[in-house]
Order: sequence, then structure tokens, then C-alpha cells
Amino acid sequence: MSDRLTNDVVVKVAQLARLDLTSSEIERATEQLGDMLAHFADIDSLDLSSIEPMNQPLPIVNVMRDDVVQPSLDRDEVLAAAPQSEDGRFWVPPILGTEG
Amino acid sequence: MADFSTASEIAAGVRSGQLKAVDVLEQHLATVDARDAEIHAFNHVMADEARQQAAAVDATVAAGDDPGPLAGVPVALKDNMCTRGIPTTCSSKILEGWTPPYDGTVVTRLHESGAVAIGKTNLDEFAMGSSTENSAFGPTRNPLDTNLVPGGSSGGSAAAVAAGFSPLSFGSDTGGSIRQPAALCGVVGVKPTYGRVSRYGLVAFASSLDQIGPFTHTVADAALALQVVCGHDPMDSTSIPDPVPDYSALLDRGVEGMRIGRITDLPAGADPDVAERTEQAFDALAANGATIVDVEVPAFTYGLTAYYIIAPAEASSNLARYDGVRYGLRVDAPDTNAMYSATRAAGFGDEVKRRILLGTYALSAGYYDAYYGKALKIRRLMAQDFAKAYEQADVLLTPASPSVAFPFGTKTADPFSMYLCDTYTIPANLTGEPGMSVPFGTGQDDLPVGVQVLAPALAEPVMLQVAAELERNAPTEGGRS
Repeated sequence: MSDRLTNDVVVKVAQLARLDLTSSEIERATEQLGDMLAHFADIDSLDLSSIEPMNQPLPIVNVMRDDVVQPSLDRDEVLAAAPQSEDGRFWVPPILGTEG
Repeated sequence: MADFSTASEIAAGVRSGQLKAVDVLEQHLATVDARDAEIHAFNHVMADEARQQAAAVDATVAAGDDPGPLAGVPVALKDNMCTRGIPTTCSSKILEGWTPPYDGTVVTRLHESGAVAIGKTNLDEFAMGSSTENSAFGPTRNPLDTNLVPGGSSGGSAAAVAAGFSPLSFGSDTGGSIRQPAALCGVVGVKPTYGRVSRYGLVAFASSLDQIGPFTHTVADAALALQVVCGHDPMDSTSIPDPVPDYSALLDRGVEGMRIGRITDLPAGADPDVAERTEQAFDALAANGATIVDVEVPAFTYGLTAYYIIAPAEASSNLARYDGVRYGLRVDAPDTNAMYSATRAAGFGDEVKRRILLGTYALSAGYYDAYYGKALKIRRLMAQDFAKAYEQADVLLTPASPSVAFPFGTKTADPFSMYLCDTYTIPANLTGEPGMSVPFGTGQDDLPVGVQVLAPALAEPVMLQVAAELERNAPTEGGRS
């Protein structure tokens, strides 16, 4: 991870993150993220091969509840918060796109 | 500091009928009216709802019943805690105007304990920042000096207590977002053990690090507030099922015979005034019968790197939900992908975008092992190092913030300089252990210094015990009043 971050990588990451960035935002992000990755180089030399990763601090695993119906949010109230809804459903523009 | 009523005093007065909750509320709302235009602690003041709640508390007392341990206590809530029918913005344009269809568990518990919610407080957008300068609705100003930041991300909640708007407020702490603003505003701020307080209804930033906690004037008030909000919640699967101890039990016991750990390999970076007060805190505890022991926490120094990989990684996943479909902002576009990208570009501020990009990068193919995988291993090292330290010491003492409150704009040009504010607070989030900041005298320009008390998981009673001793011994020379 020593190579300096490039614009192309940031463009790809922005697409993955669904962020529509301008070219000047891409430039700035490339510079700032590059600086941060340089700071992160302090862990490069650590030998962590024998250490198990720790995802979260608790000893709790697989918390289940009984499979019984419980009260849930009111559908109309939830849909009222949506930018657009129709017939009890969220409304979105075409998923497959308008090209081709 | 001005002499404000504490939550304990208000609750005792209201429960005994000597104080009316409606009068207490009106006093606090008047203070908000007089000064919040300047401070901007609040995104939204819930005056009407608060008046109804206060009247209900008084009616309960009049009927001979007990409204609960926080009877009539005005409380401010960070604006990332869901409140049914009340705007909850996370200080982001992407959630502007959204009103949640449910209350978070902490909100419900406070309501049931007789507390009166008076408003939603400003924060760095989605709790990402250390100064509230990242709020989409403008920064909060430090009530002690309005040219200075209040810290962050829970800057509005810290400022609300420091300004006398409410004797109690709640924030969330993912890397120091309660403890650092508490230090900068001269109030008490507690991050409990991860899982001790339900996160149901807390808008997620980094789910394995986030924890809700209180801001108060006194350690006793913090204990009172924790007693109300701590405990198991079936709505949060990361909630700890262990019984809740009496958090006030040890406050008056002193520190005779306790072992207070000094971390000899603590990362440098604390300003001289802060370092000096921290040294005096050790001295004060030693003078009261504690033993100071040197401990090593070698992984401490890698905390910043591990945190700024793990927290953005989790955030990049959590914030994927803001896509213009179910709530909040939508920017119209011909297809869904274009709609998502345009909505998120318009709705998120610079720091949030930066962290989403960083987190997405750290999780993406080819970089996962080098960054995210490695950060998770450092997290394990950190937990192991602290476990060893806690074999030798009951609690550890460090500065809460490397500096006292700083002027607006001084750290915004270089994001990493802002990240350094979290140097001493981050490890407790990575390990899930509790930590708190308690005011301990003043530093440069007579601004408050916060000392951080760190303790093992679920050892809040001992942490509060030591904090209470520091509170009793806080230096008064060089203070503002």
C-alpha cells in the first residue's frame, strides 16, 4: 500500500459508494485520502499474522428472539416519510436505466 | 462556571412537590430564548411537547404518585436520536424534514423516568467531527467563549449543559464524541461500556463503536442519568443482559487503596496545560490514598489508524441506506442508480463524503486485507493490552482531549489535524470499555481541562467513584469565576 492513490481509483470508489462527485471533488478527495493513507502507514511494519481479528467488543453471538409476531411500524406512517410512494409501496425511477 | 441547578436537585424538588416541573421548564426555556440564537446548541426546540410533558409530571405529583427519578428534569437530545414525530436530522441535509415513526429506547426510558425533553441538539453531520463545524446547519459555539468550538461531535449537547439550557443532555460517542466536547465545555461526559445502553433509535454511524451517554454538571448527576438509561433492551441485539448495578453506591467512598494506572507509553500530543492538569489529577488521587502504578499499552499509539479505518468502513455500509427511496432527500434522475448518486452527492457534506470514500476504499477488493483486516487485528491487540493493564490498575487516567477549546477554522483545512482530537478517547471505543471526562481545573486562557477516567468493561461504578474524587479535588485557582 505504498503507491500513491490515483484519481482513477477514487472515481471507481465513488461509483461503488454511489456518490456523484465533480472532477474538482475527485481531485481534492484523491489528495486528502492519499494523505490519510500516508498517516496509516504506521501499521505497515506490524507483524499481525498471529492475531485474530476483532469485529466487535462483546462476547455475545447470534442473539435470537422467539419467532412470534410482534407489533411493527405503521405502514402508512412509514410510507408518508418517503419522497414518493404509491399503492402502499415506495416509488422509484426505472431500475434498469434509460440507456440502450 | 455559573451556578446552575443540578438534575438531582431538580428531580428531588419536583418529586417532593417543592418545585413545579412547569416552572423549572419555563426557566430553562427562557435561558434558551435568551442565548441560543448565539450558541446554536439546538437544531429544534420542543417547547410545546415539553410543556405538555412537564404538566403531566406535575399532575402525577399532585395525584400522589412518583413521576420517576428524573422528575421534571429538562433534557436535551443529540439530533441523531430518533424522536417520534419530531425532526431528527443528524445535522444533515439528507435527513432534513424527516420525522421518525418511533422513539429510540433511551428517549422512551427518559420519558418514563419523568424527564422533560426540550430539544434536539446540533452535531457534526452524522456525528463525524470534533468541533460541530461539520453541521449542515452551522456550528455550535462554546458557551464559555463564543469564538471557540464546543468540541464534537456532540457539541450541541455539551453546550446545552454548559449554557444552562438543560442540566442533562445525551450524546453519542463513537471515538470520543461525548468525552471531548465535555472536556472543552467544562462538563461531565460519560461513554458507558459498549452495549450497556440500547442503541435502538440511535442513527448508526459505526455500529461496533457507537454508544449513548450523558452530559451533566456533576458526577452524581451522571450516575443518576446512567441508572435510568442503562440496561438490557430486546430491541438491540448488542445490548448487554447483565443486571445494572447501583451507579451512585461508590461515589462517596473515596479512593483509599485503589490502584490508578499511568500509561507510560501514551502517545504524545497533549498541550502542556492539559498534561500539567492530568499530572495534578494523579497527585490528587495519591494524596487521597490511591497508589499510582505505571502500566504499558503499546497498541494505544495505533488506535487512531485502526479507528479511522474501522469507523469509516462501518459508516460506508451504514450510510448506504440514504438513497432517496424510503426517507429524506431525493434528487430526481432517470434511473435508480443515477438517483442514488445524485441524492447522496447533494445530501451529504464534505466530511461525510470523505469518510464514505475512505471506508469504501478500505473495504474494496485488493485493499481489504491491507487496511480493514489489519485494523481489526490492531483492535484485538488493543483489547489484550488494556486487559493486561487492568490486571495492575483499577482505572487508568489520561487527558480527555489533547487541548482546551480551540478557535473556529483552525483544524478544518487539514482533516487529519481534526482526527488527532480523538487520540486519547478512541481506544475505549475500540475495546468497548467505558470512559468519562471530568472537569479538572483550567488551562490556557482559563479554559476548562477534562481528565479522562478509563475502566474495564462494566466497571462504571468504580470509574464514577474515581471521577467523584477528582471532582472533589478539582483545582479552583485560575478559574473564570
